[in-house]
Amino acid sequence: MVFPRAKLLQQKREAAAALIDARALPEGGAWITAARMEARDRIAALGLPTKRDEYWKFTDPGSLTAAEAAPAPVFEIGDESAVFDGIDRVRLVFVDGVFDADASDAPELAGVEISLLEDAAGVDLHWARDLYGALEAEGQHPVARPLAAVNTAYATQGLLIRATGKAQKPVSLIYRRSAEDADVMLHHVIRVDSGAELTVLENGPAAARLNQVMEVDVADGGTLHHVRAQGRDHERRAAAHLFARLGAESVFKTFTLTANGAMVRNDCVVWLNGKGGVAHIAGVTVGEGAFHHDDTVFITHAAPGCESRQVFKKVLREGAVGVFQGKILVRQPAQLTDGYQISQALLMDEQAQFLAKPELEIYADDVKCSHGSTSGEIDPTSLFYLRSRGVPEDEAKMLLVLAFLAEALEEIEDPALAEDLRSRIEGWLKRHQR
Amino acid sequence: MAALDTTADVREGVDRETVETVRSMSGTYKHGWETDIEMEFAPKGLNEDIIRLISDKNGEPEWMLEWRLDAYRRWLTMEEPDWALLEIPPIPYQEQYYYAKPASMTEKPKSLDDVDPKLLETYEKLGIPLKEQMLLAGVEGAEVSNDRKVAVDAVFDSVSLGTTFKDELAKAGVIFCSISEAVQKYPELVKKYLGSVVPQNDNFFAALNSAVFSDGSFVYVPAGVRCPMELSTYFRINAENTGQFERTLIIAEKGAHVSYLEGCTAPKRDTHQLHAAVVEIVVLEDAEVKYSTVQNWYPGDEDGVGGIYNFVTKRADCREARAKVMWTQVETGSAITWKYPSCILRGDDTQGEFYSIAITNNHQQADTGTKMIHLGKNSKSRIVSKGISAGFAQNTYRGLVTMHPKATNSRNYTQCDSLLIGDRCGAHTVPYIEVKNASSRVEHEATTSKVDDDQLFYCRSRGMDEEEAVALVVNGFCREVLQELPMEFAMEAQALVAISLEGSVG
Repeated sequence: MVFPRAKLLQQKREAAAALIDARALPEGGAWITAARMEARDRIAALGLPTKRDEYWKFTDPGSLTAAEAAPAPVFEIGDESAVFDGIDRVRLVFVDGVFDADASDAPELAGVEISLLEDAAGVDLHWARDLYGALEAEGQHPVARPLAAVNTAYATQGLLIRATGKAQKPVSLIYRRSAEDADVMLHHVIRVDSGAELTVLENGPAAARLNQVMEVDVADGGTLHHVRAQGRDHERRAAAHLFARLGAESVFKTFTLTANGAMVRNDCVVWLNGKGGVAHIAGVTVGEGAFHHDDTVFITHAAPGCESRQVFKKVLREGAVGVFQGKILVRQPAQLTDGYQISQALLMDEQAQFLAKPELEIYADDVKCSHGSTSGEIDPTSLFYLRSRGVPEDEAKMLLVLAFLAEALEEIEDPALAEDLRSRIEGWLKRHQR
Repeated sequence: MAALDTTADVREGVDRETVETVRSMSGTYKHGWETDIEMEFAPKGLNEDIIRLISDKNGEPEWMLEWRLDAYRRWLTMEEPDWALLEIPPIPYQEQYYYAKPASMTEKPKSLDDVDPKLLETYEKLGIPLKEQMLLAGVEGAEVSNDRKVAVDAVFDSVSLGTTFKDELAKAGVIFCSISEAVQKYPELVKKYLGSVVPQNDNFFAALNSAVFSDGSFVYVPAGVRCPMELSTYFRINAENTGQFERTLIIAEKGAHVSYLEGCTAPKRDTHQLHAAVVEIVVLEDAEVKYSTVQNWYPGDEDGVGGIYNFVTKRADCREARAKVMWTQVETGSAITWKYPSCILRGDDTQGEFYSIAITNNHQQADTGTKMIHLGKNSKSRIVSKGISAGFAQNTYRGLVTMHPKATNSRNYTQCDSLLIGDRCGAHTVPYIEVKNASSRVEHEATTSKVDDDQLFYCRSRGMDEEEAVALVVNGFCREVLQELPMEFAMEAQALVAISLEGSVG
């Protein structure tokens, strides 16, 4: 007889084979074709994810693996300004997943090289060829992430960004959408050379269904700040994978704001491979109704003396579901590790749900690792205190929610960016106040 | 317990005595000897005939046999769980004996007086009092007083030898006997509750147990009765290549109260032995059950040779309002432990508590924790888990806290702390938290650290050697859990904590 586990793997592989049969690999030069073929082999071996996978315990990947993307109405922001509008930056615009040169600034910035994936794919000796698909492949162990392999195999659009010095302003990726049924894959590769510094911003919904991979390689002493706002389209679905490999004394900080969306899964995979590296991963989620948001983080401490912080805050109402799966893996050589993880949810009414799996796996003894996770409603005592000081109830709630989110927003290094996102969260809360 | 050479007054100065106990004890596993006795085995391997044979040996009614066969057929379609952070070598299920009993037990003895003296000696050597005038070894020499009485069910390989204080318990209306006896004498109770908390197909090991369980304890505390003494079962694996599959069923009727202790040991052997137990507890309105375990199965030697595979399913069902259950466990033995004593908090205002110390040394592996399933309103749970890992051992806390939409105003607090001794071991935490209503509060905290250098230095500067100092610091780390144990167990547990870590420093 066939036991359940073998049967499940067989079903997953059959689904993968169907996907591979239905799609031809994109055209490209030798190196990218090799990377795509390897990724296709990975898909075939791993199979497509199902909700029966432990890694998808709280989120059903069905709508992400379905052959067709469900259409989603395009969200109009009206006369509000777009996120990051007041920030001086190099704007690079994608419309429905295709780079729009006319809508973009010239891709030029001192200390930074920017090229398009479709252009580089034909170049023989491109710096990105050792990274494209390589970090994603590395990220398939110990937990398989087949959607990212699908992206490596079939994505044709994306940016290859290399910081060679200290960039004077952020590189800003803007994802607009016009078609209701846009089904998009984007694959970016970012390399920060030794001692270089760069800030990358992302905003916009990109598509009705987005599969995005960002591979990040920060060399010794490099610094990368990454801030993204994932757009507010109510019915869009997205799976974003971020793979980051950090060298000695390097710094990587990433922050994600998600508001609305039928389904968002953000995977963040970080390796601290050099001594003294620092990784901060933070996020704020606000959602209501048919909203499902999943933050999945996997941090590997492979070198001594590194620091990692995960700070995730979720405000959920009216049936919204927030998921957090965070893992800190400390390998044996990673003595003197400092690992911190906090995941908290504020449930605004009885229908909201918070599902969490904060994990520690530790093989080194001289470490300081802790995690905390809490879930509950607005503290009635605090609310009463504010009311007794004459603060109206709505305002008091707003204050308490913003205070709850503050710890995550503080993870954004640049105060102007933090303030921009904070004011947008405030706007969202005001619009959704009951 | 036998090894504890203490005075009757154990409540005071326990910490100091722990250190003394460590000093007085040499050799790591005290219970590794075996009893040389003629055994009667069922043929090796597992099939429907073996199950029929076990059922026949126990003189079971037809429905019990059918229940077993049903479990067996389900088991055939199931797989060993693979999700735990454990490396479990393939287990040759067909190379095991599923039934072993001392030949002298063929004719069931009428009372403990008729039991083969060799068997009684075994328990005496372990410090388990089977004569009613005796007391637990930890307090030997003390006056016989009612509050110190502990009724014992002694299980040797596949059979129960006998149960003490039966008459006195019967006066109070409490039934305490082996499960095989219960199947014959109280079939209605067994039929009603067996498998109602842990169904036959709950998991691979529970299914195996349901098919082949040979003995175990049965406890029934009628409504309004406070059990007059602690109840205890002592499990001993003796025969080689024999699996032990005990099944325990505890029922606490409305307003009943019982405290139950469980202890286990096995001889030292080079081969692994399988222990797959199931414990079911049914707690009705206002009733309270306290279940304490000191698990000290043979852990294998320093190189990881031999040891027990301890794959256990334990679950309590707080079926009605205000029912309360408390699990306390000290896990120091076994080569591999896979165990998650759980609470289903079904009634309103129910309460579940889980206190655990899991110690792994050398090549031991433990994946243990709890599940708190909140279904009733205002239900409360508390989890305190202390994991200690030394040598090359791996120690995982795995837990689930779930607040169902209807379990409004419920509360959970979880604290798991891990301590690492040495840089070749691992300590892991895998909590699952599912909150499906807003008025419930769930808090989870976990920390991992090594033995604090300052504390060690302090102890060393007061003249302790390093091993003593570590034992003291570790005992302090475990305090919150140790103080939840019944006194006699707390003594044994403290000593065990120290012994289990022997050889882990330096």
